[in-house]
Formats: sequence, C-alpha cells, structure tokens
Amino acid sequence: MNSTIIEIAALKKWFGDTKAVDGITLQISKGEMFGLVGPDGAGKTTTIRTLCGLMTPTEGTARLFDLDVVTDKRKIQNRVGYLSQKFSLYGDLSIDENIEFFADVHGVPNYKKRRDLLLEFTRLTPFRDRAAEKLSGGMKQKLALACSLIHTPEILFLDEPTTGVDPVSRRDFWKILSDLLRQGITILMSTPYLDEAERCSTVALMHLGKIIALGKPKELKARSGINIVELTADSLREIREKIEQQTSYTVQLFGDRINIVIPRADADEASFAIKMKELDISYSSIRIISPSLENVFIYSVQQQSGAIK
Amino acid sequence: MKTIIHIVKKEFRQFRRDPKMFGIILIAPIMQLLFFGYAATLDVNTVHTMVYDRDNTETSRNFIRDFSGSGFFAIDYVAKNENEINEQIDKGNILICISIPREFEKRIERRETAPVQFIINGSDGNTANIAAGYAGVIAANFSKNIAADILGRQGKKVLPTGQITPEARVWYNPLMKTRFFMVPGIVAMLLSIITMLLTSLAVVKEKEIGTLEQLIVTPIKSYQLILGKLIPFAILGFVSVILVIAGMRVIFGIEVRGSIIFLLGNSFLFILSTLGLGLFISTISKTQQQAMMIAIFGVLMPMIYLSGFTFPIENMPESIQIISYFIPLRYFMTIIRGVVLKGTGFAELWGETFMLGGMGLAILLLASMRFRKKLE
Repeated sequence: MNSTIIEIAALKKWFGDTKAVDGITLQISKGEMFGLVGPDGAGKTTTIRTLCGLMTPTEGTARLFDLDVVTDKRKIQNRVGYLSQKFSLYGDLSIDENIEFFADVHGVPNYKKRRDLLLEFTRLTPFRDRAAEKLSGGMKQKLALACSLIHTPEILFLDEPTTGVDPVSRRDFWKILSDLLRQGITILMSTPYLDEAERCSTVALMHLGKIIALGKPKELKARSGINIVELTADSLREIREKIEQQTSYTVQLFGDRINIVIPRADADEASFAIKMKELDISYSSIRIISPSLENVFIYSVQQQSGAIK
Repeated sequence: MKTIIHIVKKEFRQFRRDPKMFGIILIAPIMQLLFFGYAATLDVNTVHTMVYDRDNTETSRNFIRDFSGSGFFAIDYVAKNENEINEQIDKGNILICISIPREFEKRIERRETAPVQFIINGSDGNTANIAAGYAGVIAANFSKNIAADILGRQGKKVLPTGQITPEARVWYNPLMKTRFFMVPGIVAMLLSIITMLLTSLAVVKEKEIGTLEQLIVTPIKSYQLILGKLIPFAILGFVSVILVIAGMRVIFGIEVRGSIIFLLGNSFLFILSTLGLGLFISTISKTQQQAMMIAIFGVLMPMIYLSGFTFPIENMPESIQIISYFIPLRYFMTIIRGVVLKGTGFAELWGETFMLGGMGLAILLLASMRFRKKLE
C-alpha cells in the first residue's frame, strides 16, 4: 500500500538566472497528504506546475505513476487533477456547465452521476444553476475543486488552495480533502500557512528553491532539537534586541509574544527566569513549550541564511 | 473531434451570456453599413457658393443663373465687397466664390476674352477639385453659347466640322457614388474585426482568468484547443458577412453581380489569415487591453489603410505599394469589389484567390505553431 506514486529527483527549474526550483528530491507515497510549505517565492508553485506538465524541468526528472512528466505527459494527464492558485473557472458559465465542460474535455462519459456526487460532496447542489462569477470565494474554490475531480484523478495537485478564502470555508475545504484522502487519492498541496501544514502527513519546507526540511510534522519538530521559551510582555521589541545582543539564542517575534529558540537541553523554566532577570527583562508570563512547525520553519530558514550566531 | 465540438459549444454558451458580443455581431454590421453607406461619402452633391457680381448686367446674371440651375451649386451668399469673400471662406461657409469683374458684358460684346475669377477653398483638395471641375464645365458651356449666339445674330450658322465628342459611359457604378465603392469593403472590414479582434480577446481572456492553464493540464491537444477557439469566430464572421450582404441589397440596392459562393469561399480564405493574426496577437499579449491595442493599432489600422479600402493603392508611393502586397486584406478587397460590382469570378481573380489562400494558410500555421510552443 505504501508504494511511491510521485518521485522527484534532483529537479531544477531556472528562469534565466532565477533558480525557482534548485535541485529538489522527493518521494511521495500513495494516499499521502503531502504539503509543500514555504514563503512566497520559495518555488512551491513552480514545483507543482512542473509536476502537472505545465513546465519542462531545466534539469532532473519527475515521475508520476512511474511515468515521466515530460515524455509521458499524455498518459498522465487524465490521471491527475490540478487546482491552480486562481480557481480558474468560466465566470459566465453556471456551476453545472463548468463541470460539464471539464468532464467533456477529459472525455468523461456519463459524467452526470459523478457531477451530482461531487456537488453533494462540496455542498454546491443548491447553487448549481448559478453563474460561477456570482459565487463567493469559498464556493468558487469548491467548484474549482469539483471541476478538477470530475475525471476521478489519482493524484490531486492543489496550489495554495486556501489562500484568500475565509476561515469557515477553509475548514469546510479541509473536511472535503480528508474525505478525498479516505477514498485513496494522493494529494500534494502547497500552502503558506503552517497551521495547515501541521495537518499534512508529510511536509517539505521549501526556501529559495530548496527543501530545507522534510518529514512528518511530528518528526520535523522532534528532529529540530529545539524548544521554545515563550514570553509575553509589553515591550517585545526591546526584549528581542536585548536577547539578540547579549545571548546566542535566536528570537522569533510574533504579534503578542516572543519566542526564544533554545536547545532542548536548556529547557528549564526556572533557570530561564533567572537569566531574564540578569538581563533586566520584565515580562508578564513565561513558559517553555514544544516548537510548532512555524518555529521549526523559521528556525530552519534562519539557519540556512546564516542568520544564526 | 468531439473535444473540438465541446469547446465550440462552450464558446457559444459564453456568447449567449454576453450581451456585448451580440452588439458586436449583430448591431455593428448594420451600423457600419449605414455609416459607410450614407456618411462616408466623397461625392460632392452641393457646392456652397458665393457670388460677387461687380458687373451686374444681364449677361453676368445669366452666367450666374447657369450655375444655380445646374443643381450642384447653391448660391448661398451674394457679396457686396471683397472682404466678405474672405470672411465666408474663412468661416467655411462657402466652397467657391464666383467673382465677376466689371465690364464682363462689355468685353463679351467687344468680342474680347472676359475673365471670371473662381476662388475655391482648397482645404479639402478632393472636393475643391470636383467643384472646380463642375464650374469649369459650366463656364465652357456658357462661352460656347455666346459664340453660337453671336454667329446666330449675324445670320450665320455654326458649320458642322469634324469634332471629337467624348461620350463617357461609367461601368459598374454609373452614378459614380462613393457608396458603391465603400459598402462592399465593409464586408472585408467586419470580417477582419470580428475574426481577428474577437479571437485574440477570447484567447487572452482565458489566459487572464487562468482557465487556459487549467485546459493545458487536461488531455486537450493544442490543435483541438486552437480549432475550438477559432471555429466559433469563423461562424460569427460568416453570419455578419451574410448580414452585410443582405443589408447592402435591402438598404442600398447593391446586388452581388458575381457568384456569392465564390465570394464566401474567398471570405473563408481571408479569415484564415485574420484568425491566424488574432491567434498571433494572443501569444504576444498578456491582457485583453494589450490584445485590443495591438489588434487595432498594430494590425487593423495599417491593414485597412494599405488595403485600398479608402485610398487607391495605385496612388501610393511605390515603396508603400510594395508593403501592401503583404496585406491579405488588399487581395480580399479587390476580390470583393470585383465580385460585387463587376461580377468577376475565378477566371479574373485567380491570382488574388491564390495569394489570399496562401497567405491565410501560412499565417494561420505560423501562429498555431507559436501558440503551441507558448503553451508548452
């Protein structure tokens, strides 16, 4: 059951001097929910577009179902679904007509039953006659998903599917995705949100075209060997400056709190409290927590770019 | 094949939802027909005229009556002094001033040459030319009559001598109406606009909203996509051609003298090139605005100017004439005018037909190849 369905080897895609994807190697197993995580410009979209056959790699290979994405493009096309960042639909066609069109071009015979099923599944049935441009963002996204599922693909590529979608629709969407996973489909999605990445079975953290960390979210956190001291205080910026100047710890600033990255061995709340006093830092709360994927990711990026002392 | 039909079906569904599209396809042909048929005319029907008669004799009044009686000259003003001439010409109220000097009658009676001055507003050279021509003819007739008169009074008859009388018969457009020249050309213009502009817009629109990317991921082959996008516009183009041909007949009474089948066949060859150009434009533009600008200013305008639609190619400098050979519309314009006005067919127009077909195929193929390359 745990067979490899996507295999990427030393894949590079350059646009002139810009190394959008700079040598990534990955294997994704059947039935996985694989997350490509990274900031804008990390190379997530380029990776997905290359896998869909929209781009030819500069170097390296990518294989789906053991078929090459460039040379066997035709054989792959009917077995994958792709949802681009923009939820591309025909705004002047209705929900039904959009799905019908994509069913037609995929050559799906008797699509009507499958369409009803997908509409039920995405809870779009009551709106089926409405023009796509008159739908809300979340509904558009679900319709785009339905369109990309009409030909029952085995792999689904989702490029930032929840960007710009309201939280309620996002939760809805995730529910649909987990139903799909249960049906045995393999999903590869990119997302800039680390809370979403936490829900993937495997995650690749991408930065500047490279994978800087790869594994199950839990493993990534464990492997990072870090813990986090979380402080809440009034003058977060001052505290950050003090810690950065007078200790060797890395600091991650969030809106209302500050996270100090510490080696797991140093994880002792009491000694930290003393240290803070020595540095003349006042705070309203202190606690040691295990790192989130976000912490790990920022830490990895900082390490990569040599920002760590 | 099925895939192409699916795309065509989708395309027509989108037309149906887009009221602007209907406007372009149904109303634009009729509007153009009316504009070019009635408004865009180079004919000179009324020449606004001023008279400055310093002689004020029976002869001078007769001379002026010949003008007003001709049907072309409308004597709108009678000047009392020279300044008024300047004034009215500057205001653009008159096109011509007939200025008769003193002693006009006396000079004629003395059998001397009597000069008459025509002051013509030449800011529109074409109209001025025509007006000067009319005026010259009337003056010449007047002097012929004077000669005959004088001889008659002397009891002599004009002896018949060997004379050359030009008997002009204008074929194909006996009334020499600009309309006959212009209206058939509209068919060509509309076809260019609908097939080229709308095609490029439709393709770029898919690029803009991102559906093109979505389509590339599907098993659609690029030739299917190209045909699926082009066929609907070819059909629309033909619909408007038929509308204009019908409108030409009903509104202006201009009948197609030649074979309509031959005309439609050539329309098909012509739209191969315009569809190709539309497709090409879509490969070099990112947005619909860009496509529109390139289509109108980059392709349509030069194409129309150099096609002989309004300005005869024979009058252009040689270097520009050479460029016009590379413009498909040039050939189509010749064909359509030939078929509609002269009733010519393949026997006379085979050269143009082959050029049109050859260029059409070449442009469409090159554009398709470029489009395909861009997709991949």
